[in-house]
Amino acid sequence: MNIYKFTIECLQVTIVLETAPAFTLSLELPIASTADVIVLVALFAIARFFTALAGMDIGTAFGGMGSSREMTIASLAEPAMLMAIFTVSLASKSTSLSQMVHVIYSGHSILRPSLAFALFAFILIALAETGRIPVDNPATHLELTMIHEAMILEYSGRHLALIEWANMMKLFLFVMLGAAAFAPWGIAETGDPGAISMAFLFMMMKLSIVGAVLVLIETGLAKMRIFRLTEFLGSAFLLATLGMLSFFILE
Amino acid sequence: MDINIAAQLNSFLAAFVLLTAFGMLVQRRMYGLVHLFAWQGLFLSVNTAVVGFVAGKHHLYISSLLTLTLKVILLPYILHVLIRRLKVHKEVEVVVNIPMTMLIGIALVIFSYYLMSPVTQLSTLVTRSTLAVALATVMIGLLMMITRKHAVTQIIGFLAMENGLFFAATSATYGMPLVVELGVAIDVLIAAFIFGIFFFHIHTTFDSLDVDQMERLKED
Repeated sequence: MNIYKFTIECLQVTIVLETAPAFTLSLELPIASTADVIVLVALFAIARFFTALAGMDIGTAFGGMGSSREMTIASLAEPAMLMAIFTVSLASKSTSLSQMVHVIYSGHSILRPSLAFALFAFILIALAETGRIPVDNPATHLELTMIHEAMILEYSGRHLALIEWANMMKLFLFVMLGAAAFAPWGIAETGDPGAISMAFLFMMMKLSIVGAVLVLIETGLAKMRIFRLTEFLGSAFLLATLGMLSFFILE
Repeated sequence: MDINIAAQLNSFLAAFVLLTAFGMLVQRRMYGLVHLFAWQGLFLSVNTAVVGFVAGKHHLYISSLLTLTLKVILLPYILHVLIRRLKVHKEVEVVVNIPMTMLIGIALVIFSYYLMSPVTQLSTLVTRSTLAVALATVMIGLLMMITRKHAVTQIIGFLAMENGLFFAATSATYGMPLVVELGVAIDVLIAAFIFGIFFFHIHTTFDSLDVDQMERLKED
């Protein structure tokens, strides 16, 4: 059914429209108040749900296998993701992204162990959620190792293009989410055009830095065995929890 | 250096000590364990120097230097030599699987926070909040000794416990008297030498450093 194919793109585009401008460029856009992090995680989950359905929809064994693996990773990554976000929102006393950025801007303390832990956890989770190398290889078509590629194996043409686009949007969103929560410097505090164009420059700079780091990670690491993933994501959860604990213990 | 920044630096380093303790808990490779142990010693040493600066106690600089030479350079070197001579650098067997160990470790951190919260409220020192971290480091070292089967990893767990105790002394009372610290440092050094000799003997007798082998009294 085409409905599944269509829903994925619809959802991803909705996510982008709803939240991306709010946390990539400025704090005072009209839709900034909708940029709640928990809502964002839930929207990612819905998009993933429909991708998994689309993977099973094609009726081959690979699609089902890919969907099952994707959901396994999701079930491990999501609690860790929420834990990392709770740690950041504990520090800012809000789950709204613009509020978090405000607090980090005005923050008097730079060395916060909880934020450092949450950042490490977030990097691990982002690698898993966007299907980058230690978890999933986006360029593979080897039967035994593919996860995301297995789901979309039977898609072609414009549907494949849209799915790939949605996937890249997801990577972009994760990078921007990380940048907004942990390194918000450069985001415009007001809505005037000059500040926003400066913020755009800063955004491009951050994106290129993260891209370079991603290249280093992907050339330096090999894809790990799928059964090691529980440890990988377990340590992400551990880091996020340690961040939350060190917020209570040390700050 | 501002006293506020120093306090923040102190809690940051405490967090990293805890992180390396967890890293040792989940690390499978022997050399990785030794490196993590050395990192923990380094964080501890820098932390001691920071506390010495905050409290204005100059003998802490000496114990910081002592930690640096002993726990960052000498003990990891001895362990390296041991591992290389005994050829035991393979992956380590664990009794409980690793995600489970992590969860137990988190529970231990929460427990020690709960245990230390009345003490923290009574204390007036700058370093009082790191006391819970120190206790957690001790407990995680103990957990590591329980969950590992290999003799060398158990020793690393023991040394990590000693790190935790040293950290607790620094954060609870700005360090023990210098005489006591010198004594403990020499004790640990001697212990490491004796462990090394024991390892060679165990290795020649049992052909393995797995402690399960030592429970067998008969030769089959």
